[in-house]
Amino acid sequence: MPHDHHDHPHSLLPPDPALRVKALETILTRKGLIDPAALDEIIDTYQNRIGPQNGARVVARAWADPAFKAALLADPMPLLTELGYYGRQGEHMVVVENTPETHNMVVCTLCSCYPWPLLGIPPGWYKSDAYRSRAVREPRKVLAEFGVSLPEGTAVRVWDSTAEIRYLVLPMRPEGSEGLDEEALAELVTRDSMIGTGLARVPA
Amino acid sequence: MSECPDIAAPEPVFAEPWHAQVFALTVHLNEAGRFTWAEWVDRFSATLARHGVSRDLDGGEDYFNAWLETLETLLSEAGEAVPEERARMRAAWERAYLSTPHGQPVRLAE
Repeated sequence: MPHDHHDHPHSLLPPDPALRVKALETILTRKGLIDPAALDEIIDTYQNRIGPQNGARVVARAWADPAFKAALLADPMPLLTELGYYGRQGEHMVVVENTPETHNMVVCTLCSCYPWPLLGIPPGWYKSDAYRSRAVREPRKVLAEFGVSLPEGTAVRVWDSTAEIRYLVLPMRPEGSEGLDEEALAELVTRDSMIGTGLARVPA
Repeated sequence: MSECPDIAAPEPVFAEPWHAQVFALTVHLNEAGRFTWAEWVDRFSATLARHGVSRDLDGGEDYFNAWLETLETLLSEAGEAVPEERARMRAAWERAYLSTPHGQPVRLAE
């Protein structure tokens, strides 16, 4: 928190958990168990280089290239590895396709397993008890709270992530997006549309 | 909290610097082979379940508090950072903050 009093006698004391994290870092660094530069690199990666834009590129290509899409749905790992979007934790990705018949939605009821390389760090609501418990129990109600209402005939399928398997939703390509190139298509792909709590944007 | 939230503004990836630090520390220790990710998920989800019994966790600060508690427990069990060691080092950092003039970089006394 910023603190601009010029007459403040000493540095602002960080909150208790921040001091405990600093203590762990110091202890492990002194024992040679961690490399502080590696910590900075990990933070920089997740803060600046990895995010939903990665997943959006994959979705846009799947919309534009039927062969890519077929391969992605069959086994995404070779394609994602080639693109550099593979998991640090060795998890396996599964891509689930939304159709007029089935809408897919992803949750992690255990904790917050999430496809980091494709979507970055999960938003707070994804980690909340409310979403984790209700997504399975009453998915349509949760979707309605996200502003998504599906046609009566569309079934909702909820996928529960684990440490080993993570899911990415391939949203339906919106109407009016014919003729757009991959870059323009990627602009239509929101983070929530790849979790299944949203739909792709309709082009303006 | 702002009176008038701008719904178009992107959410920060990590709400607090220490959230990023404890996240990175865990990922680094996993990559260095101190524990597998499946072990981590197993322990972390148990902590979340325990905390969630008494109240609904909001997925923000309480999520990372559970994360930190899990990491402290794992490291304590492995003998890599036992409670006395952690308490001593935490106190040393607290003293360093309280004795460093505002605006100066905070360093541990040797």
